[in-house]
Amino acid sequence: MLDKEGIAKRIAKEVKNNTYVNLGIGIPTLVANYLHEGINVCFQSENGLLGVGPFPKEYAVDPDVINAGKQTITALPGASSFDSAMSFGMIHSKKIDLTILGAMEVSENGDIANWKIPGKMVKGMGGAMDLVASAKHIIVAMQHVNKAGESKLLAKCDLPLTGKNCVKRIVTELAVIDIAPEGGFVLIERAPGVSIEQIKNATAGKLLINGDIPEMAL
Amino acid sequence: MKKGNFDMKFNNQLNTMIHKLVTNAAAAVADITDGSTLMLGGFGLCGIPENCIQAILEKGTTNLTCISNNAGVDDFGIGLLLQQKRVKKMISSYVGENEEFERQLLSGELEVELIPQGTLAFRCMAAGYGMPAIYTPAGVGTEVAAGKESRIFDGKEYLLETAFNADFAIVKAWKGDTDGNLIFKSTARNFNPLMAMAGKITIAEVEELVEPGMLDPDQIHTPGIYVHRIFEGKNYEKRIEKRTTSK
Repeated sequence: MLDKEGIAKRIAKEVKNNTYVNLGIGIPTLVANYLHEGINVCFQSENGLLGVGPFPKEYAVDPDVINAGKQTITALPGASSFDSAMSFGMIHSKKIDLTILGAMEVSENGDIANWKIPGKMVKGMGGAMDLVASAKHIIVAMQHVNKAGESKLLAKCDLPLTGKNCVKRIVTELAVIDIAPEGGFVLIERAPGVSIEQIKNATAGKLLINGDIPEMAL
Repeated sequence: MKKGNFDMKFNNQLNTMIHKLVTNAAAAVADITDGSTLMLGGFGLCGIPENCIQAILEKGTTNLTCISNNAGVDDFGIGLLLQQKRVKKMISSYVGENEEFERQLLSGELEVELIPQGTLAFRCMAAGYGMPAIYTPAGVGTEVAAGKESRIFDGKEYLLETAFNADFAIVKAWKGDTDGNLIFKSTARNFNPLMAMAGKITIAEVEELVEPGMLDPDQIHTPGIYVHRIFEGKNYEKRIEKRTTSK
C-alpha cells in the first residue's frame, strides 16, 4: 500500500518530457518532487504563472508570488505571469498537456466530483471545472476509500459533479486504474503488497481485470 | 491625456489631463452606496485592495454584492466585511479558507453563487471588452449548467455565460501613474486587470504612484482609460495565507 508520497511518486512516472502540466492542491503538488531525471516540465498555476519553481528560502518569501493553493512559491528563470483570463485561455485552448487533481469520487465512466458535499462542505470548484472540461489528459490522485471506509470509485457519483466523462487514469494507495472507453475501471497495476482481492473490495464500481496484473514499480 | 508638442491642431485645453487622482481610500469609495455590486481583485489574499476594503468597512456600507474569486480569510480581506454581515451576496469560485463564510452559507444568511474560476475571469473579460456573453465548456453536465443556454460547437457542448455588470471595480496594482495606467506584479495580477476593465467605475489603489511618463508604455498592463480613480495606498500588510519555504 502506498502513502501520499508513494502516490505522487507513481504519478511522476506519467509525466512526459517537454510538457506543460497543471498540478492541483494536495497530493498532486507533491508530484513535482519526484520527477525523473531528464524530464523537462513547465508547471502552470492557474492563478497566473507558467514556470512555477520550488518553495522559496525563508529570506526570499514574496507575498505577491503564490500558487493556486495560496502557498508561497518561486518563479523559475523563463517564467511568465499573466491575468486569470489568459490563464484559463491557455487551459481551454488545450495548451496544457496534463492535469493532475484530487477527487472525492470518480465514476466508472470518468465523471469526477470534488467540490461540494451538499449541506456539509462547500469550498467551491475553483479552477477544477475549467481544467477537467478542457484538459488533454487527466490523472486523478486520491485515496481509494474515504474516511468512513466507503469506496470512492463508484458506478455513479453521488456528489455534485465537477465534470463528466473526463478522467482517464486514477492512482490510489492501492492501484493504478484506467477508465475504459465503454465504461468501467480497468485495473492496470497493483500497489506493492496489495492483492487483487483488496482492490476489488475497495472498488464499488465495475472493476475490469484482464490477465495478470503487475505490481507497480516506483 | 499626455502633454506633447505635436505638430497637430491641439490647443492647450485638449492637453489637460483627465483628473483621476483622489487623496485616499475614503475619498475613493465615498459614493459606494448600500446595495452596490462590487468587483474586488485578488486571488486569496494576494493582490487584494486592502485600503479600499478597510475604507468600506469604516464607512459602514452594507447589503453588498461582491464578485471576487475568494472571500478572504476570517479576519482579513473580504472576510472583514463578512464578519460584520455587510455582504448580501458573494459570487466566487473558491471559498475554502473562510469558516465564517461557510457558516453563513450553510445557515442561509448569505447568498452565494459559486462559479468556475475561468468563467469568473471570462465574465469580467467580456464586460471589459464590451461583449454581452461568452461560451465556455466549464460546468457542462454539472449543477452550474442548470437553467443556462448551451450550444454545440464542433461536437462539444458549451454554456452561455453573460458578462458581469458591476457598479464598481476595486483593484490593487503594484505601480500606477496619475493618468490611471497600471502595472501589476507577478501573481498579484490575477483578476485585477480584468476587473479594472469591467467596472462602471474603476478604483485603483497602487503601492507606488508616479507622474505620467514615468512608466514605460510598453509595460502597461491596464491602460488608464479603464481607471476612473487612483491613489497610493498605505500600510500594505500583504498577509500570506500559506507560508511555505524550502531549506
